[in-house]
Amino acid sequence: MNDVVPFEGIGASVRRKEDFRFLRGRGAYTADFNRQGQLHAWILRSPHAHARIRSVDVAATTGMPGVVTVFTGADMAKDNLGGLPCGWQIHNKDGSPMAEPPHAVIAHDKVRHVGDPVAVAIAATRDQARDAAEAIVVDYDVLPAAATLEAALKPGAPEVHGGVAGNLCYDWHIGDKTVLDAAFAKAHKIVSLDLVNNRLIPNAMEPRAALGEYDPTTGDYTLHTTSQNPHVIRLLMGANVLHIPESKLRVVAPDVGGGFGSKIYHYAEEAIVTWSAGKLGRPVKWTADRTESFMSDAHGRDHVSKADLALDANGTILGLKVHTYANMGAYLSTFAPCVPTYLYATLLAGTYITPVIYAEVKAVFTNTVPVDAYRGAGRPEATFLLERLMDVAALESGIDRVELRRRNFIQPDQFPYQTPVALQYDSGNYQATLDQALAAADWAGFESRRAEAAKRGKLRGIGCSTYLEACGIAPSAVVGSLGARAGLYEVGTIRVHPTGSVTVLTGAHSHGQGHETTFAQLVADKLGVPVAQVDIVHGDTAKVPFGMGTYGSRSLAVGGSAMMKAMDKVIAKGKRIAAHLMEASVDDIEFERGTFRVAGTDKTKALVDISVAAYVPHNYPIDEIEPGLEETAFYDPKNFTYPGGCHIAEVEIDPETGKVSMVNFTAVDDVGRVINPMIVEGQVQGGIAQGIGQALLETCVYDADGQLLSGSMMDYTMPRADDLAPVSVATHTTLCTHNPLGVKGCGEVGAIGSPPAVINAVVDALRDFKVRTLDMPATPAKIWGIINGGRAMAAE
Amino acid sequence: MPQVTLTVNGQTHTAEVEGRTLLVELLRETLRLTGTHVGCDTSQCGACVVHIDGESVKACTTLAVMANGSNVTTIEGLAAADGTLHPMQEAFREYHALQCGFCTPGMVMSAIDLVKKHPDGLTEQQIREGLEGNLCRCTGYHNIVKAIAAAAEVMHGKRAEIARAAE
Repeated sequence: MNDVVPFEGIGASVRRKEDFRFLRGRGAYTADFNRQGQLHAWILRSPHAHARIRSVDVAATTGMPGVVTVFTGADMAKDNLGGLPCGWQIHNKDGSPMAEPPHAVIAHDKVRHVGDPVAVAIAATRDQARDAAEAIVVDYDVLPAAATLEAALKPGAPEVHGGVAGNLCYDWHIGDKTVLDAAFAKAHKIVSLDLVNNRLIPNAMEPRAALGEYDPTTGDYTLHTTSQNPHVIRLLMGANVLHIPESKLRVVAPDVGGGFGSKIYHYAEEAIVTWSAGKLGRPVKWTADRTESFMSDAHGRDHVSKADLALDANGTILGLKVHTYANMGAYLSTFAPCVPTYLYATLLAGTYITPVIYAEVKAVFTNTVPVDAYRGAGRPEATFLLERLMDVAALESGIDRVELRRRNFIQPDQFPYQTPVALQYDSGNYQATLDQALAAADWAGFESRRAEAAKRGKLRGIGCSTYLEACGIAPSAVVGSLGARAGLYEVGTIRVHPTGSVTVLTGAHSHGQGHETTFAQLVADKLGVPVAQVDIVHGDTAKVPFGMGTYGSRSLAVGGSAMMKAMDKVIAKGKRIAAHLMEASVDDIEFERGTFRVAGTDKTKALVDISVAAYVPHNYPIDEIEPGLEETAFYDPKNFTYPGGCHIAEVEIDPETGKVSMVNFTAVDDVGRVINPMIVEGQVQGGIAQGIGQALLETCVYDADGQLLSGSMMDYTMPRADDLAPVSVATHTTLCTHNPLGVKGCGEVGAIGSPPAVINAVVDALRDFKVRTLDMPATPAKIWGIINGGRAMAAE
Repeated sequence: MPQVTLTVNGQTHTAEVEGRTLLVELLRETLRLTGTHVGCDTSQCGACVVHIDGESVKACTTLAVMANGSNVTTIEGLAAADGTLHPMQEAFREYHALQCGFCTPGMVMSAIDLVKKHPDGLTEQQIREGLEGNLCRCTGYHNIVKAIAAAAEVMHGKRAEIARAAE
């Protein structure tokens, strides 16, 4: 027998525990759950972007096969239910709060976007519910729509919400405009750029689903839902919408098939099935089809910005001014208001010493699906703006684009570094990630590759971005002062069982990130328990004490830190028990990877000796220490974490077709300490695929009437395997200085760093055509238009 | 209502279905084989791919009645009775070719058919093109491509085991 146990702790590419069930079809996603007596719901959705509801006539559904009932917005209103809440309040420049119009679970006076729920039909089968929904007659008074940012901002534009003048949700700013104006007055050069950050549709592969249950004997409700944060859903839905106390509401987010932000929010359907289950006394299940996902999952990005960068004669940045319009869609989704403000404008310093920044952001309501955080959330928008601006500044000041970045980098000895836009970076080394990426991508040898491509009739280009992001959100007091209506700590429980196996309860939620493996590695590393004997429990409010969930690359930095803190408590208690068993002073007990030792002796006790003693306390200091070996910790982070790095894209354009092909992509990311390199690499690769998707393929399109034209996977271009090329991913680590693991987060860096690298490469490939601005996605039609002088086409 | 009889993962089933019932609905709702997923409604994503008489087919665009008399294999039917994974399943795990796991069953079923149809081996580009009908939002496909290449070598006897050390 081979006694060598492979190292499974921090730094090992342990193969994932969760894969066994996923690979055998044994995953348990929300749509896979079925209950005795279960009914199915089908949501009737508005086909109009903006209309007044004159009447909803459900008479034709009576007697249809299998149909149990139809609920309308009026039925819900009769129960005095609350609207869907917003979790973040932004204040205007003048100190007044943002406009926060109500968001009915089922619309009953007006519909405000295509896909707004109007009624729910409930029947024995999904098909029967759908048939019933199709038999409902809604009389709409169709109103003109404000379908785009531009349309919503026009004088006299249709009002999405009565009383919200100019469709303005808020008019917010950050930074000192007076100081900025003074800096600009001294500038040698001011580089200005107009940018659009294209609207994206997240498209996690698992469509959203929800299954509500009610037990009339106990009054307990249970909701299974496709969520990244079940405790948050319990709080928002219970307290704000359905008025069910937490003690009577269990929310389970079982296996979830991808989220990317879109499954953070509390959605109408969750409240609809839970409420309906209570009304009918039977389980009610809803599963979205993909068309519904397109018109009801929160979208991402959608900014229109103008940026001005002031430089001195050496290319040193003197100041940055940014004006951004951000599309909120028709209603405020759960975290929408913070995305274009505190997750965006605070990132505008990037990796550069920028003495002064002033940013204004106007958030605008439109007759479209709500917009909220999507992988990166604000940071991709800031990074795209800044990294495109640096390339244009380099071109126009005649300074090499890499050199311009170097000249302005925050230096490795300047940390902690206070930016002018609130954040204080704890660590980083932007020179090192840049140098490593330049070498890995053979930046120096690029011109010969360009020349070789030219011989084949291809336009080859290279581009970089030296990005920074903030994640591991976030210190509760800080976000509270900025308008968050929640704390952003995380919770972890370490339960050492009598015979030494461990169950971890975590408030973080895994929907692809591999927590069941990575978190088990933390326990293996610290407590010396093999990964196979560590089980991670997440996604169930009945099992996990509390939690804020997974988004903003926070699971390890915040959730992992909570586990570390809980393990410290376990070890502290274990030392007291060990001291008793070995008749030593507790101060003399050392602990390392599963072994308690009396310092300087060969007297040891294994963790399992301690756990047995703790649960079978026969020889035990029972008057001083409680039995059991289980500890819980809440960890509130001291700061954000600041991953950063360098992404380099190399593309080739076929001038005959305008098609951009990815040739090489190199990423060197500083994500702090790496727990499982295999999983980090996978996270970065996946993020880059989404970033390349944004840069080259994806965009959400509404027509002037607010009809969603890119409303299916046949119309919205998802990246496929042959759209992408291999990606070289490496890390360069500087440790986070303020969390116990030194980790920063890796979930979003790929989607944040890559879009500007790709567009900078495309612009470089088109250098002979003097392209200054290029909006994403760089589709063949757009590029062909540029190459063939069709500027009008390119501008479309 | 029409009646269909089909063999799924070696077991024969007879069920009454509506004319409009899709094969994926029969598998998921009637036979409770929930490993086959539904990710879209336009036959684009491939989360529902199963094998009908050895050929990969999108079960979301196949009527249950069309599968009458056929032999269906789903993701649940791939591993050996003792739990030993199929080389493709093993390769997906070894190469970290899955994250959320939702596209995985369809991806694995498509990949096996792709490999079987190329007994002489597959280039990276052939694998990428062969995955045209399957969407993954998590991985960026790179590790899926690597896993399929490794599994192809094992399935065609050109490599003894999936472990990366065997590369």
